[in-house]
Amino acid sequence: MMLDGDHPLLAAQDLTKHYGSRVGCEGVSFDLHEGEVVAIVGESGSGKSTLLQLLSLQLEATRGAVRYRLRDGATRDLGTLNDAERRFLMRTDWGYVAQDAANGLRMQVSAGGNVGERLMGLGQRHYGNIRHDALDWLDRVEIDRDRIDDRPVAFSGGMRQRLVIAKNLVTKPRLVFMDEPTGGLDVSVQARLLDLLRGLVADLGLAVVLVTHDLAVARLLSHRIMVMRHGRVIEQGLTDQVLDDPREAYTQLLVSSVLQV
Amino acid sequence: MTVVPKTGAPKTETGYNFAYLDEQTKRMIRRAILKGIAIPGYQVPFASREMPMPFGWGTGGVQVTAAILGPDDVLKVIDQGSDDTTNAVSIRKFFVKTAGVATTTVTADATIVQTRHRIPEAPLKAGQILVYQVPIPEPLRFLEPRETETRRMHALGEYGLMHVKLYEDIARHKTIATTYAYPVKVDGRYVMDPSPTPKFDNPKMHRSPALQLFGAGREKRIYAIPPHTDVVSLDFDDYPFEVNRFEQPCGLCNATGVYLDEVILDDAGGRMFVCSDTDHCEGRRANGHQGPMLGEAPQAFGGGKADDA
Repeated sequence: MMLDGDHPLLAAQDLTKHYGSRVGCEGVSFDLHEGEVVAIVGESGSGKSTLLQLLSLQLEATRGAVRYRLRDGATRDLGTLNDAERRFLMRTDWGYVAQDAANGLRMQVSAGGNVGERLMGLGQRHYGNIRHDALDWLDRVEIDRDRIDDRPVAFSGGMRQRLVIAKNLVTKPRLVFMDEPTGGLDVSVQARLLDLLRGLVADLGLAVVLVTHDLAVARLLSHRIMVMRHGRVIEQGLTDQVLDDPREAYTQLLVSSVLQV
Repeated sequence: MTVVPKTGAPKTETGYNFAYLDEQTKRMIRRAILKGIAIPGYQVPFASREMPMPFGWGTGGVQVTAAILGPDDVLKVIDQGSDDTTNAVSIRKFFVKTAGVATTTVTADATIVQTRHRIPEAPLKAGQILVYQVPIPEPLRFLEPRETETRRMHALGEYGLMHVKLYEDIARHKTIATTYAYPVKVDGRYVMDPSPTPKFDNPKMHRSPALQLFGAGREKRIYAIPPHTDVVSLDFDDYPFEVNRFEQPCGLCNATGVYLDEVILDDAGGRMFVCSDTDHCEGRRANGHQGPMLGEAPQAFGGGKADDA
């Protein structure tokens, strides 16, 4: 994959979302380059999920714009994409991993069918090839091959989340949005998932926007970090720098609130 | 084989407009039909009326038939290929009562054939209209329950999900196990549910010289396939579409290459396979074809000859 150092993959400018008179997110601007992992941290209600939904086009911004460099090299204002272009982008060049894996899966469709859905959506019409790709991806996310015909309802929480990741990555996206990907999983499962994610992100050169309230997850996965409070980004920088030497009082509070074992 | 000539005004019920529906309603339905013909395979919403029969008994098909029926039409109604089951008999009687039209069981003689879940074996001709009764018009429904979403998927031509369903079939059964309501792509654009006809009948829809109209009363949708339109059954490159095959010919008329119904004969596993299209079967028997299980009707029933008509 060619890395284009000069032009960001995604650029947010003055992103703002008001819910009536309440502020969801206010004046957020940042660049994301290919292969870069940025974490958005903050307490509940700080606007980090709103920001993620704005970036991933699930919410319409009150003000501001998101520009994205498409696979053909053209940088477009995502607000000007039509429905077909937007949906095509979402199921080819993007991935979305939500906290609840059930949102990202068809629970009544087998694991193989879930992984193959995007391929079939892109027009693949060869069962053998689709199944081969599905098996390959199950291997990569460490799900046993003989579970390919089981439905996700029979999977544990950690397996479901890994299946969501396989389903999203099968079209080789360049950008993945993650909203608390390890939330609700117990610590050992979390550790395994984080390990897997870290490997995949590095192998595939994925750009990731990661929303988490767990600073340890941010530390492990992200290169850069943005700290949000009351809908604004109050501090950003390299992850180690921000977490080891927080400048803002609120960030210092967040860092010091982490429980030590 | 029976042809009942049209009864004319004296024998029809009084107090109803011709073919039951009022003229404004028929115009509304005709507009929907015309739009459906103009956009092959697209589901056109229409203001479905209450009919004097329960939803699920063909209210959509009856409304379409009522809207296109003229006094000179000859109507045939079939239910699972049969002219003489309850649904077929009562719909035929309904139009005899309210429109006084001639009816027939002979496919070739009919100008309009209303059908529940079969396409007649005799090839349809130009000028004939086949009206399907449709329970659930949306082929994507069982995978995507949101109507707003399925409409958008149709609009954008996003039909990957339809193949997910076929994928699931192969993964579970080693073959595409969908045998009826088998999804088709019409004119290279819209994916359509051909109503619960056996997939055996799908190839008959392809470039048929007859006009095919689909009415779903409860779901309030009408769609159409104009004559000579491409209708392609969805499949995989390595699992191509195949029609049902039968081991033996029809037990009564010895026909092969037709769709057969299984009839259980006793409690000891006895069974026979007979043509699902009764008109086709009777026609063949009248022409002297005899199946291995064809017997003589007792004299008391007017038997003694092969043709029981």
